[in-house]
Amino acid sequence: MSTINIKEGTPLKAKIPEGDLAKKWTTYKDKIRLVSPANKRKLDIIVVGTGLAGASAAASLAELGYNVKAFAFQDSPRRAHSIAAQGGINASKNYQNDGDSDWRLFYDTIKGGDYRGREANTYRLAEVSGNIIDQAVMQGVPFARDYGGLLDNRSFGGVLVSRTFYAKGQTGQQLLLGAYSALNRQIARGKVEMYNRHEMIDLVVINGHARGIIARNLVTGEIERHSAHAVVLASGGYSNAYFLSTNAMGSNATAAWRAHRKGAYFANPAFVQIHPTCIPRSSEHQSKLTLMSESLRNDGRIWVPKKLEDAKALREGRLKPTDIPEEDRDYYLERRYPAFGNLVPRDVASRAAKERCDAGFGVNKTGEAVFLDFATAIERYGKEQAHLKGIKNPSKKLITELGEKVIEQKYGNLFQMYEKITDDNPYKTPMMIYPANHYTMGGLWVDYDLQSNLPGLFVIGEANFSDHGANRLGASALMQGLADGYFVLPYTIGDYLADYIREGKVPTDTPEFDEAEAKVKEEIDFFINNNGKHSVDYFHKKLGKIMWDKVGLSRNAEGLQKAIKEIQELRTQFWKDVRVPGRADELNPELEKAGYVADFLELGELLALDALNRNESCGGHFREEYQTEDGEALRDDKNYAYVAAWEYPAKPYERYTKHVNMSDAILHKEPLIFEFVKPTTRSYK
Amino acid sequence: MKLNLKIWRQPGPNAKGRMVNYQIDGVESDMSFLEMLDLLNENLIAKGEEPVAFDHDCREGICGMCSLFINGEAHGPDRLTTTCQLHMRKFKDGDTIVIEPWRANAFPVIKDLVVDRSALDRIQQAGGYISVNTSGRPVDANTIPIPKKNADMAFDAATCIGCGACVATCKNASAMLFVSAKVAQYALLPQGRIEAAKRVQDMVAAMDAEGFGSCTNTGACEVQCPKGISLTNIAILNKEFLLAQSK
Repeated sequence: MSTINIKEGTPLKAKIPEGDLAKKWTTYKDKIRLVSPANKRKLDIIVVGTGLAGASAAASLAELGYNVKAFAFQDSPRRAHSIAAQGGINASKNYQNDGDSDWRLFYDTIKGGDYRGREANTYRLAEVSGNIIDQAVMQGVPFARDYGGLLDNRSFGGVLVSRTFYAKGQTGQQLLLGAYSALNRQIARGKVEMYNRHEMIDLVVINGHARGIIARNLVTGEIERHSAHAVVLASGGYSNAYFLSTNAMGSNATAAWRAHRKGAYFANPAFVQIHPTCIPRSSEHQSKLTLMSESLRNDGRIWVPKKLEDAKALREGRLKPTDIPEEDRDYYLERRYPAFGNLVPRDVASRAAKERCDAGFGVNKTGEAVFLDFATAIERYGKEQAHLKGIKNPSKKLITELGEKVIEQKYGNLFQMYEKITDDNPYKTPMMIYPANHYTMGGLWVDYDLQSNLPGLFVIGEANFSDHGANRLGASALMQGLADGYFVLPYTIGDYLADYIREGKVPTDTPEFDEAEAKVKEEIDFFINNNGKHSVDYFHKKLGKIMWDKVGLSRNAEGLQKAIKEIQELRTQFWKDVRVPGRADELNPELEKAGYVADFLELGELLALDALNRNESCGGHFREEYQTEDGEALRDDKNYAYVAAWEYPAKPYERYTKHVNMSDAILHKEPLIFEFVKPTTRSYK
Repeated sequence: MKLNLKIWRQPGPNAKGRMVNYQIDGVESDMSFLEMLDLLNENLIAKGEEPVAFDHDCREGICGMCSLFINGEAHGPDRLTTTCQLHMRKFKDGDTIVIEPWRANAFPVIKDLVVDRSALDRIQQAGGYISVNTSGRPVDANTIPIPKKNADMAFDAATCIGCGACVATCKNASAMLFVSAKVAQYALLPQGRIEAAKRVQDMVAAMDAEGFGSCTNTGACEVQCPKGISLTNIAILNKEFLLAQSK
């Protein structure tokens, strides 16, 4: 048991409407206030981030008539990291007649999240999921179709139906380009002002309300003031706190963290998702990890050798995987979880891989890899194709050829990517995979309206904490980003803005803007003039190592306490020793990174604190002290069925002048009330 | 391995640029090309020099942010590969590698290897969309059946990542392959037919206004495209354009 003193603040209320679960959203929408078309023209909204959530929100709000300013740190809104999502998007269409429904999608999601999500939000997500597919098809998003011209589906982990819509392994790309096209249309109409290569570096709060941002023009270095009646953060997750992750190099938590230090609570930071199927790390110089879509688990079988000596021989290159006979292979997911097999949820699959590798069965030179094998699927598809083509007694070679063609159609781009990175041909030899940081379920706290505790600040997509509990199911991130942006925020933000139709433009020549601008300039000047000994990456890599070793796949109180201490020390060293070359008034990627890492160094500590506070295992948060006899997560619903929302423990800009101890953060609890489902022990057996 | 790098350095948009030689040691064959540049930058920072600016983000070949003309080829010597997915095993110890930014009038240099590709966005804004608002009551997706062949072709066109390699490769710096990919995607789908004529004319006009060159059908763009966008799309664009003009 950990001995920490956490200061507790007032509990939070999520403004969840009364009534039947399936009717909440409809009833709520009928009652919230609307803003007339003429008044929408008088209201300004800032949207930070142009991924699925940000682009869909910016486009939809502009279509409604609001004046939108959208910000992206990349050179174009189309580059946001949603573009890299591979496998698919869930929707409860029940096109496959396999018993799917809004209720089942809701139930799978809340169960998959290990009962640490909010019922009402999750049901709403399931309820609007079908609309997303309809909207995307109207935009011309080219989803996969079957020969009858109708949409095709596949299956993802943690569910027993096929409800995932996809566009080969590029579903995120196609959905983002759909949202980007809608955004472009509004840019052309002049309803969205697009600021590319701009970064939000502070939130401006006036009389307790979010009323603008300070942004840095990344090309000229100019510090700009932007005001609005509401600010929407769609700035993604914080996986890069671990340095190595499947996120893009530029993915960062700065917008969210700067809002946090201005008063927005940060919820469940310890809930991070470590995805089971990523390409294992290979060298010290590795800059990022690459995901191999979960959809591969539809056809790929995960295994390690049964015998330790075989694993050793594989590691030393004395054996090839194809040398190991069927009876000496341990398909450990199929063995441990016969009902779901290779399609167990991500947290379960990741822990199982780590368990086998820790026991000495890892198959690559680092001992941190398991096989994902397509041989069985290639043979099955090959035989099916031969039968379809009327070929009697096909040779093994022909079966393999035909089967490989089917696999190529389904996953071609993923197989090509794997080969480019590893120089191995996955059609001929099994892929090697290992878990890696991929997604963060935690994020800024929001209520049912997706509004944070700071009025006027809305948070959507991965940047908020709300819908996935302690573990997100596959193909649900795209669903949530687009649900928030297209179908939730455009309604709920109106209810807030209805109070401000008479306010007029928010001025930027106020003391709040003055202070924010002066303070962020101070920080930039500090970095440029510090002239320390080490590059930003030096610190980022060190932080990543602490996070992965002690706050990663499995955690314990002792390790977490050590992590907190080490991060505090690293942060002190960072402020003393960081070196940022170049100038402030030019394109300066090192300066951008310095800001990100300064924020990750605080966020990392809060993440460890949250993990230490939560004396239970649930979803992606696995505390070694709390497990069942057969190594499954042991939840504590009596004491921890709550959202942990943390308040920043210092004044906004204090970190420049003194050491801020993140462990002094104040905990606000939002109790999770389960009215419609009864939390049970998750079983995928 | 040890490599000799010749890299374009240009402090700012209006500054004069030049090629600068660098030696780099300790490059491993499993490193990506950009990880090799990361290593170079770490070395430069340690020596108190300014690191080389280059665009990059996802590092998995899909965001389209990375660029680089490597030994005279967009995204380097490997086919169907972005620079971030190019690995150092394609090079040998002692090689000299010449690294330049995309060169085109429509892509001005911002700094070192970073160029401004916003012209591509402006072409998309001119018509690269289907004019539908987010609908509170959309029609069911399966009420629009689409022949699998068309859906697959539209998908192939839609996989363009907007990196600009086609423009950088083309001797005329034409953006035809880029524009045709979007025109073809929508032209192949029933949802996109309604605005097909206006779209193709508006997008071509925007392309011309941005100062991209004309297409002379050399096909170099298709060879260098990291996503294998087919020249067939240019044929579709030409057909759509002629049809639109004749109306």
